[in-house]
Amino acid sequence: MSVEAAAARAASIAVPRFDAAAVRAQFPILARQINGKPLVYLDSAASSQRPLAVLRAVEHYETALHANVHRGVHSLSQWATDAFEQARDIVRRHLHARSTREIVFVRGTTEAINLVANSWGRSNLKAGDEILISYLEHHANIVPWQMLCQASGARLRAAPVRPNGELDLDAFRAMLSASTRLVAVAHVSNALGTILPVQEIVHLAHARGIPVLLDGAQAVPHQSVDVQALDCDFYAFSGHKVYGPTGIGVLYARESLLAAMPPWQGGGDMILSVGIEHSTYNELPWRFEAGTPNISGAVGLGAALEYLQSLGVEAVAAHEHALLQLATARLAALPGVRLIGTASHKAAVLSFTMDGVHPHDIGTVLDSEGIAIRTGHHCAMPIMERFGLAATARASFGCYNNAEDVERLVEGLKKVRQVFG
Amino acid sequence: MELKELYRDVILDHNRSPRNFGRLEPSDAQAAGHNPLCGDKLNLTLRLQGDRVADLRFEGQGCAISTASASLMTEAVKGRSRTEIARLYQDVHTLLTAHGADAGGAAAPALGKLMALAGVAEFPARVKCASLCWHTLNAALERAPAPVSTE
Repeated sequence: MSVEAAAARAASIAVPRFDAAAVRAQFPILARQINGKPLVYLDSAASSQRPLAVLRAVEHYETALHANVHRGVHSLSQWATDAFEQARDIVRRHLHARSTREIVFVRGTTEAINLVANSWGRSNLKAGDEILISYLEHHANIVPWQMLCQASGARLRAAPVRPNGELDLDAFRAMLSASTRLVAVAHVSNALGTILPVQEIVHLAHARGIPVLLDGAQAVPHQSVDVQALDCDFYAFSGHKVYGPTGIGVLYARESLLAAMPPWQGGGDMILSVGIEHSTYNELPWRFEAGTPNISGAVGLGAALEYLQSLGVEAVAAHEHALLQLATARLAALPGVRLIGTASHKAAVLSFTMDGVHPHDIGTVLDSEGIAIRTGHHCAMPIMERFGLAATARASFGCYNNAEDVERLVEGLKKVRQVFG
Repeated sequence: MELKELYRDVILDHNRSPRNFGRLEPSDAQAAGHNPLCGDKLNLTLRLQGDRVADLRFEGQGCAISTASASLMTEAVKGRSRTEIARLYQDVHTLLTAHGADAGGAAAPALGKLMALAGVAEFPARVKCASLCWHTLNAALERAPAPVSTE
C-alpha cells in the first residue's frame, strides 16, 4: 500500500465507540502520568493492566477469606477452598472445557508447557520421535521442547513462515510425519500478532493421531476460546495477559490424556496418602498442583475472566481489531516505517521498524512522551531471525486502548523522526 | 528525565557517522560483544603496539547509544596504554551509573568527549547499551597476549 493510499484508508476508518471512557476508568493505572505525560499503554501483549474488579476480588480474598486450601476444617479454609475452586470453574466455563478435572492451575503459560513436556513428554517420547512447532513460537514454546529432546533423543522441527508472517500451512502439512508425536503451536503469535489456523492444524494432526498443544497466551485476551470446538489436547494461557494477576496461569488438558500422565512435581496437596516408600496420588486436577497454590492469583484470574465476559469478548475483539486497522493504516502512512507481520488474520499486535532508528531508541523517545511499547526480540528470536531483524518495536492493544492512543503513538513516532532526522 | 540529555548532539552525530567503523585486517586482538536483551551486536578488532592500543575498529548493529558509545570509545582509547584505558573505563563506568547528586562529582575532566554519555545515567535501561563496547574492549584486551617487553 502506498503512503497516500494508507493515509486515505486511515481517514476512512472509524473506531466504534466501545464506551472506552467507562472501560478506562476501571483501570486505575491508566490515570498515571509518565514523564509528565498521560500514560498511553501499548504493551498489553507483554502484560496487561488490571481492572478494579480484579484488584477488589484479590483484596476481598486477602482480607476476608484467606487460609490454606483443601486442608483445614475451619471456616476460612473452607471459604478459601471454595473461592479457589470457583475460580477453576470460571476458567472451565471460559474455555468451554467439559470438566474442572481438565483445568490445572500453574504459574503461567511457561509452566503449563513445561508441565506437558516433563509429564506427558517424558513418558511418551523416545529417540527418533519428532515434535513439530512453528517459527512463530515464543521461547516458552521452544525451550521446554528442546530440553525434552535432549532428555529423550527426540527431534524438534519448526514449520516455516511466509513473508507476511503467516504460517506456511503446506510446509506444516508436509512436515507432519510418521515420527511426529506432538504438535505445539501458538494460537496467536506474540511477536507479529498472526492468528494461526489452529482449527486446520488440529484437524491435520488428529488425522494422523497426533495430539496438539496450543499456546493461547496471546489468544485468550482477544477472542473467545472453545477447547471442545478446537478439539485441541492441551491449551495453555497466563493470567497477567488477560487482565489478571501475575504468577497464575492455566493448563487445560483433555481428561483422557491427563489421567494417564504422571505427576511432575511431588509434595503436599497432590497426594492422597504418603508412606516413606510409597505414596498414592490425588485425583485430577490436584495431582498436578503440588504445594500450596497461588490462591489469590486464581481468585484474581477468575475475576479477570468474568470482567472480560462482562465487556463481551467479541465486543473487545471487534474494538481491538478496529484499533489495529487504524494503527496499521496510520503507521503505514509514516515515511520510513515498515510493518513486520501483515497476515490477513491478526490480533492486537503491531510490530514495526523505522529506517535508520533502532527500536530501543524508538522505545526511549516514546517513553519520554508517556507511551509504553515493547522493543526487542519479544522472546521470539527465531521469527526475528527469519525476518533478518535483531529487534522490532511492538505496539499491542487491550480493551482499554482507544483511537487517541493511536494518535499519540503516531505523534510520538513523528517525534522519533525529529530526534533522529 | 530530559530526552535531550540522552540524545545530545555528539551522540546523534556519532550514531549517524560512527568513527573507526569497520574491521582491522589483520588484527592482534578481537572480541564480540552481545546484548541479548536488545540483540545489539558489536565486533571489535585491535592492533597493539607493546602496551598500547595502536588502532581499533568496531562494527555491528545497535541502538544510537550503543553505536555512539562505541564510536566515542574508539576515539578515546586509540594510542592509550592498558593502564590508561583501565582508568578511563572506571571513569566511564562511574559516569554511566552515577545518579542525581553523585553525577556532578563524577565529571572527570579526563573524559573529554565521553562526557556526552552523562545523560545515560538517568536512563537505567540504557546503561547496558553504553557499556557494551567497554566490556567488549576489556574482553579483547584480556584475551590479547601480554605485551612483550623489548627492554
